[in-house]
Amino acid sequence: MNKSVYASPDQVSETKRHILTVLVDNEPGVLARVIGMFSGRGYNIDSLNVAEVSNDENISRITIVTHGTSEVVSQIEKQLLRIVPVHSVTNLDREDSSVEAEVALVYIYISENNKKKVYELCDFYRARKIENENNTTIFEIAGASERVNRFIKEINEITKVEIVRSGPVAISSIHKNEEE
Amino acid sequence: MNNEITGAEIVLKSLAEQGVEVVFGYPGGAVLPIYDTLFKQNSIKHVLVRQEGGAIHAAEGYARSTGKTGVVLVTSGPGATNVVTGLTDAMMDSVPVVCITGQVPTHLIGSDAFQECDTTGITRPCTKHNYLVKDVNKLSSVFHEAFTIAQNGRPGPVLIDIPKDVQFAKGTYEEKNKIIIPSHRLFEPSPDFEKSKIEEAVELIAKAKKPIFYVGGGCINSGPKASKLVREFINMVGSPVTMTLMGLGVVGSLDKNSLGMLGMHGMYEANMAMHECDVMINIGARFDDRVTGRLDAFSPNSKKIHIDIDESNINKTINVDVPIIGDVKQVVDKMISIWKEKNYKIDTESLKSWWDKINKWKEIDCLNYNNEGKQIKPQYAVQRLYELTKNTKTFITTEVGQHQMWAAQFYKFEEPNRWLTSGGLGTMGYGFPAAIGAQVGNPDALVVDIAGDASILMNIQEMSTAIQYRLPVKIFILNNEYMGMVRQWQELLHGGRYSESYTDSLPDFVKLAESYKAVGLRAKTTDDLDDVITQMIETKNTVIADIWVTKEENCFPMIQSGSAHNEMMLSKDQKQDKKSAEKGKILV
Repeated sequence: MNKSVYASPDQVSETKRHILTVLVDNEPGVLARVIGMFSGRGYNIDSLNVAEVSNDENISRITIVTHGTSEVVSQIEKQLLRIVPVHSVTNLDREDSSVEAEVALVYIYISENNKKKVYELCDFYRARKIENENNTTIFEIAGASERVNRFIKEINEITKVEIVRSGPVAISSIHKNEEE
Repeated sequence: MNNEITGAEIVLKSLAEQGVEVVFGYPGGAVLPIYDTLFKQNSIKHVLVRQEGGAIHAAEGYARSTGKTGVVLVTSGPGATNVVTGLTDAMMDSVPVVCITGQVPTHLIGSDAFQECDTTGITRPCTKHNYLVKDVNKLSSVFHEAFTIAQNGRPGPVLIDIPKDVQFAKGTYEEKNKIIIPSHRLFEPSPDFEKSKIEEAVELIAKAKKPIFYVGGGCINSGPKASKLVREFINMVGSPVTMTLMGLGVVGSLDKNSLGMLGMHGMYEANMAMHECDVMINIGARFDDRVTGRLDAFSPNSKKIHIDIDESNINKTINVDVPIIGDVKQVVDKMISIWKEKNYKIDTESLKSWWDKINKWKEIDCLNYNNEGKQIKPQYAVQRLYELTKNTKTFITTEVGQHQMWAAQFYKFEEPNRWLTSGGLGTMGYGFPAAIGAQVGNPDALVVDIAGDASILMNIQEMSTAIQYRLPVKIFILNNEYMGMVRQWQELLHGGRYSESYTDSLPDFVKLAESYKAVGLRAKTTDDLDDVITQMIETKNTVIADIWVTKEENCFPMIQSGSAHNEMMLSKDQKQDKKSAEKGKILV
């Protein structure tokens, strides 16, 4: 059951994270339509990513991470499809396999005390050094969100950092495509 | 190029090619070029309203009474913000409307210019789609797409915002058939779509012992043929049918299978039958909260079939067993042919005992009210209006509140598209401008707005419009000097504390009518009523009939908020138990 004025108490399914990938016409206001639907109907956006993916056809791909019961998420998918410039909505968690990745940029304050630990950790996570000046360094780390989470947790234990992360983008994996 | 024309000319040309005959609007700075072009042509008629809110409700009334798309033309800023309520209303009730708004010149957008507002931003959630057209060469394709989107699938409002410089700029016009709309922007069910689901549904109906059809506004939006097919199928099955507020007229009220309206103020027998049925066939309705009552007690033992053109309505509030996505007339047509082909027939015995049970519920006579004395009961006023107009082609519109429910209960609709009311949004002030729109679309018909004394004041300025265009609309006010439904809820749920629901200083409606050069009539007692109604019908002018009704009448039967279909309240004496009343109070 979803929401109604007379909400039903027997909410059965559990709340889970879902990655939705939405193909849209790249026209003015399309992102506002998508996020407006989420806020207007009280759904959650954990992260959101949008970029044009085909120049010739003017199509953008929006990746939205949301959470909710399967009933709520299926309602989100149907509401997205009502938006005129939306081509398709795919729930990647519904498919057997998908690949996801995100990028984080980490601004790290380095001192003589922590220098060794920081570089070891960055090496371990294959974080790439982008800029380096005086006692600050900017690293870039890419990969599954889980991995980025762990890196951030560990680096936080060593020193003060400032972080920006893109939120995940995802695509169905090749194995899945071969089966079709 | 010499075949270039101005943006404003493209607007008019697009409207003409789309078959638009009438535009409801109000001029202003940012639409002057369009009004100038309008002035120079004769094919499209313009109806000047007195406030933009009136224009959009008039367009809705026009659309719902004729089946065509309603068109609105207003200026930027306040012109645009005044249509927001009507756009939302059309969105909720799935009415095809195209609204054209002027915008400040492109180079001024974002500068907080005079009468500038972010129209597409404001109207994004209350339109099916909207456009800001910055390139004059895209104007005609936008118009043709807008009309298609407004009518396609589940209909709805579409808005086109046009900056003033684009109205002046020259560009080329492209004809409707030259425009290709990508398929993902439309809803196009294939004929064989959902075939196996339809077969499954028909088999389920054939095996039912206690079936009920529950039909809604989707049947009306699908066109008159849909209602015909739905009636035909229900007759073949021999099943009872109940209608939502929006679906009144899909099946005639006097039809032997009809149980009338269901829901909060619906018929006792309809709600009980919904509660106890074993197979429910929802055609073009959306399990609205006014219909379902408490969800966890909604029709607990039935298999549910749901036919809807909008997939997002499936499993939104009620989980169904057989969902069918499609247009009512196509799906029901298919159901009929499968029924015939397989020679299905419902078990006569069980159908008979189901009807016996329903007839027992009917004996309760849930619409019964005490009609003693000389004071006019509002229910009686609607009954008399029905009796005296039933042989005329009549359109009934309403405002929102008690009078709306009494109209739905006591006026008997035999055909679709004759009943225009604001269902989803519940917009007070809808009925009068909607009646104006319906009268414009049906000049020879009788159009009556059954109104309340509070609601009618919300768009009373449209009297001026009705008079200007010689529209003989009848306003039938059930005047109890209260916001009746608010008063009723305060009586039932808030200890009779009538906070701000009494309307002091009401105008003298007869003099009000006369001041607009309309006709004002008044009925104070039952002795006057028939004469006033007859005179109202016979007057070839706009009429306000001020019907003084008993002040504290409540609208029953009623499913109180938070209650279920089988917990209907038939009168005031039958109080809801205190605990569920407290729980229900927080609901709308």
